[in-house]
Amino acid sequence: MLPEALFFSAVLFVIGVFGVLIRRNAIIVFMCVELMLNAVNLTFIAFAQVYGVAGQVFVFFVMTVAAAEAAVGLAIIIALFRHRQTVNLQNINLLKG
Amino acid sequence: MITTLDVTVPAQLTLALVPDLVLMGGAMILLVWSALRPESDAHQRSVGVASIILAGITMVLVLAWANRYDAGPGPIAVDNFRWLVDIIVLLGTVFAIALSMDDNMRNGIRAAESHVLILLASSGMMLLAGARDLIIVFLGIELMSVAVYALAGLNRRSERSAEGALKYFLLGAFSTAFLLYGIALVYGATGTTNLQLIGGRVAMFALAGSPLLVAGVALMLIGFGFKVALVPFHMWAPDVYDGAPSAVTAYMAASVKAAAFAAFIRVWLEAFPYSYSAWHGALAGLAIITMIVGNAIGLQQRNIKRLLAYSSIAHAGYLMVAIAAASFQGSSAMLFYLLVYTLATFGAFAVVVALTRDGQEAVMIEDLTGLWSVRPWLAFAMAVLMLALLGFPIFGGAGFFAKWYVLEAALQAPVPQTTLAIVLVLTTVVSAGYYLYVVMVMFMRARPDGMPAPERAGGLTRMVLAITVVLILVLGVVPNGVANLARAGRPRIDVDPTLTTLPRRISTAPPDTAPRVADARAAEPNR
Repeated sequence: MLPEALFFSAVLFVIGVFGVLIRRNAIIVFMCVELMLNAVNLTFIAFAQVYGVAGQVFVFFVMTVAAAEAAVGLAIIIALFRHRQTVNLQNINLLKG
Repeated sequence: MITTLDVTVPAQLTLALVPDLVLMGGAMILLVWSALRPESDAHQRSVGVASIILAGITMVLVLAWANRYDAGPGPIAVDNFRWLVDIIVLLGTVFAIALSMDDNMRNGIRAAESHVLILLASSGMMLLAGARDLIIVFLGIELMSVAVYALAGLNRRSERSAEGALKYFLLGAFSTAFLLYGIALVYGATGTTNLQLIGGRVAMFALAGSPLLVAGVALMLIGFGFKVALVPFHMWAPDVYDGAPSAVTAYMAASVKAAAFAAFIRVWLEAFPYSYSAWHGALAGLAIITMIVGNAIGLQQRNIKRLLAYSSIAHAGYLMVAIAAASFQGSSAMLFYLLVYTLATFGAFAVVVALTRDGQEAVMIEDLTGLWSVRPWLAFAMAVLMLALLGFPIFGGAGFFAKWYVLEAALQAPVPQTTLAIVLVLTTVVSAGYYLYVVMVMFMRARPDGMPAPERAGGLTRMVLAITVVLILVLGVVPNGVANLARAGRPRIDVDPTLTTLPRRISTAPPDTAPRVADARAAEPNR
């Protein structure tokens, strides 16, 4: 059971990473980040079966923080949308300093 | 009289966290107050003054607690390392609020809650300074980052500010996911999130080579690498620093980096000393490319904020040398460096704030031409700060000693870091190319006719400038007092009593100079 869960969460995490790097819509990029966080949650729960409750407690913290982060993040996306009328990241090259 | 607390008992844990709780509670009250009145310049200033007072009260509490309490193993550290990082962070907080009071006026930002956001971010940093459990590390980083995302987008009228905030937010959240996945894998490898238990179990069960742990450490390195802007995870830094209001940029470049580095070195010294061979190569490699790339790109910058951004990337590289030393001497050198770096960075950004004209804040180096002839004191202060960032002896004040201690720690480490020390010295020489260029432009070029003199800076900006420059110069003459404090400010390593044999200790410090390690050694009967 544990190897399957770990494998599945690793796959989810990698999908999230590629989504962040490839997609150009700010909302979708943000959703990919959430996907990565949920992959981590799955890992924690899988390990919690072996080690006890600490991993599950961590998941609650991650969910709470992710919710807070979403509130600030969406506000920032709206602030940019007001200037540009778009949430496309075409002009915001994330990988170029 | 020092009382030893047992931080596994909730009441005593609360006592250990009183300075943090006062800051958080006070920030909440100020948040309500700042929202109660309509936005105005006067309200913005009065909330700012109250915020500075709150940070001052917290600093007094930190000093009181430092002389009063001490604690054994648990989720929160109560050691000198925590208190010194707290003081560096709170100093940065006071500077940041003072600068943003002036900067907000000049840029027409009336949001009183900007100061409260700085306080909230600082409470996250204080949590990071004492974090001894990966859950707390995560919470501290997020508490700090979420507030700083909002601060980066503070100037709602500026498109660049919004763009920088979005970039910072997306890459920040992205890096948090890496850090978290690393934490999850380390938890999976060791079965605990407590730093010292991780360290102990890695030693006891010989886990250093386990793939799960190595992958976890690598992912955590990437996560921290993003937070402290190491090359190649630095792409966000110049744009974000450029887009955010100057005072907030100073706060991001100095305090956010200081707190992230404090957590970084504590995690590495307490949890992963026994997997040294697994991470050392990667960490040293990151340090080398960060120093080289940061300084090389810094040479091409003509915008002061971007120049300072690349300078802060290069400084992250120098600080990595202190972590790569993997010794208490390295952590002490880092504390001294963080203090000097905080002072110099806030001073340099205070100059940027002072040069802001009509909301036009992105100053090019050319705007400084002949500054000596119109604003001699400003030019003098900027010269001292640039030399301090360069690490020049005497005229650069404490900047020289900061680099000196890091070099010393690198060369006297259990495994001497000669290559890193050489790269540090060579890249410092390269960095003279841009720091001295700024000084040259100010002093050796005539100011063109018709170029208006900068407006007189606000009182708070001048105060921040004066304090930073004087402290840097004084510490350059008498560094010993603060250096001794930094030496005492090592993280306390308690050894798990169930562990009777340890392969090797991470530090070669002689026991008579290490009172706090001494009681840890008493727990190891076999030594």
